[in-house]
Amino acid sequence: MTMIEVSDLHKSFDGQEVLTGVNFTVEKGDVFAVIGGSGQGKSVLLKHLLGLIKPTSGHVYIEGEDISALSGPALYKLRDRFGYLFQGGALFDSMSIFDNVAFPLREKTKLKPAEVKTRVDEELDKVGLTGFGHKYPAEVSGGMKKRAAFARVLVMRPEIVLFDEPTTGLDPILVDSVHRLILWGQKTYGFTAVIVSHEIPKIFDVAGRVGMLDKGVMVEVGTTGEIRNSGNPVIRRFVHGAGENLNGENSILNAAGRA
Amino acid sequence: MLNVFQMIGAWALGILREMGSMFIFLVNTVLWMFRPPLKLGRVMRQVSFIGSKSVPLIVLTGGFTGMILGLQIYYTLQKFGAEGYLGPAVALSLIRELGPVLSALMITGRAGSAIAAEIGIMRITEQVDALESMSLSPFRYLMVPSLAASVISFPLLASIFNVVGIYGGYMVGVKLLGLSSGTYFSGIQDFVQMEDIRDGIIKSLCFGVIVMWISTYQGYFTRHGAEGVSRATTTAVVMSSTLVLVWDYFLNSLMI
Repeated sequence: MTMIEVSDLHKSFDGQEVLTGVNFTVEKGDVFAVIGGSGQGKSVLLKHLLGLIKPTSGHVYIEGEDISALSGPALYKLRDRFGYLFQGGALFDSMSIFDNVAFPLREKTKLKPAEVKTRVDEELDKVGLTGFGHKYPAEVSGGMKKRAAFARVLVMRPEIVLFDEPTTGLDPILVDSVHRLILWGQKTYGFTAVIVSHEIPKIFDVAGRVGMLDKGVMVEVGTTGEIRNSGNPVIRRFVHGAGENLNGENSILNAAGRA
Repeated sequence: MLNVFQMIGAWALGILREMGSMFIFLVNTVLWMFRPPLKLGRVMRQVSFIGSKSVPLIVLTGGFTGMILGLQIYYTLQKFGAEGYLGPAVALSLIRELGPVLSALMITGRAGSAIAAEIGIMRITEQVDALESMSLSPFRYLMVPSLAASVISFPLLASIFNVVGIYGGYMVGVKLLGLSSGTYFSGIQDFVQMEDIRDGIIKSLCFGVIVMWISTYQGYFTRHGAEGVSRATTTAVVMSSTLVLVWDYFLNSLMI
């Protein structure tokens, strides 16, 4: 069953086109990765899925409902099905880790304080943050912030989780931890996931299907195997890490004069 | 030549677009204020930040304003042999004008800038987007508490400013310059009417709305990182201060 369908999505900012006709679908329960170079519009695309940004043209359907056409209470109702893990975590600075994770429960449910505490303690334990609830975001590391933000997402048991570069800025060990956490969360709660990531090739161990965004379009969508073995030169360059210097030579070794 | 007209046209259209955006923002904030539940805890927190924590500043500036008024007005009245009117002159100047205006300007510099910066930083670190992603309106959590708190705090702070200022004028006029205490206060009683106090409170309420409207607007639409926050904070203070004075003139023309 198709959970997310992006249809001919275009987006411009002040005349500059960022997305120029994106098309792809995500099936229910899938883990779909969006890969691509920096500045290709991956985060912009992700925000369209939640209706945080409205397209210049095109549509985003969530189980057949066009989220890009919604506003007000109807949009908020559809958003209740989502969780969004922002690149920097987006924890509220003025609240402790505990209060951050408790925030959606307190605001959107009728749980009693004791029940909220139990749920939050459980989620913090699952992400390995037991004992850190009293700390503030400024007092913890980047990896801990991401885990706290993930706990805040999971505490509401969303059907769809969007991850905006969940491992950016983390060391390789933490990258593995976050990926394992995503896989564990997806297996435990069964959500549909869309992950924007630079982590090649590690993201292929997490995702079931991958789409490569380049110059505002999805150049190819397929399984991780299909993308890894793609004959498309843009994808091959990105996946196998061949760089370009500024005047377009194909090999960074050429540019360094060491080929 | 056409380019000059195009530039002027683009500039004018930009101003109109900005004014429209600000008006829609204010209307949204007011509408959300009447949609339950009102976040009373957050309102009280903002009352504490905008109101209680501004009291020392208001007392200091109110006191010295009253003392300056005492000196200057006494000096002027002395030329006409009318020193006895010092009390009502100081009181009316404060209650009708200087209390609401100067307290609004002080709070703009202190709380308005801080709120613009706070919301601006929340915007650039995606905390505002995080609220939206949880289907929670940033208006309910950020804008409404600040606006409600300033509607509560501004008239109270202006009143504290007035009282302290009147005593500042008393210290100068009576203790320093030898005017009789009875003359000072009985003049205030004779000449200050409820309408003067009412007009002062209406001004404070309007200034409270203006300052928080502009400060929260600038913070909410911050872009471009730290430089954007800095620009938003500066614009919030300058625009709020200017609009307070402009609106003060229009209110005066209606009230007098």
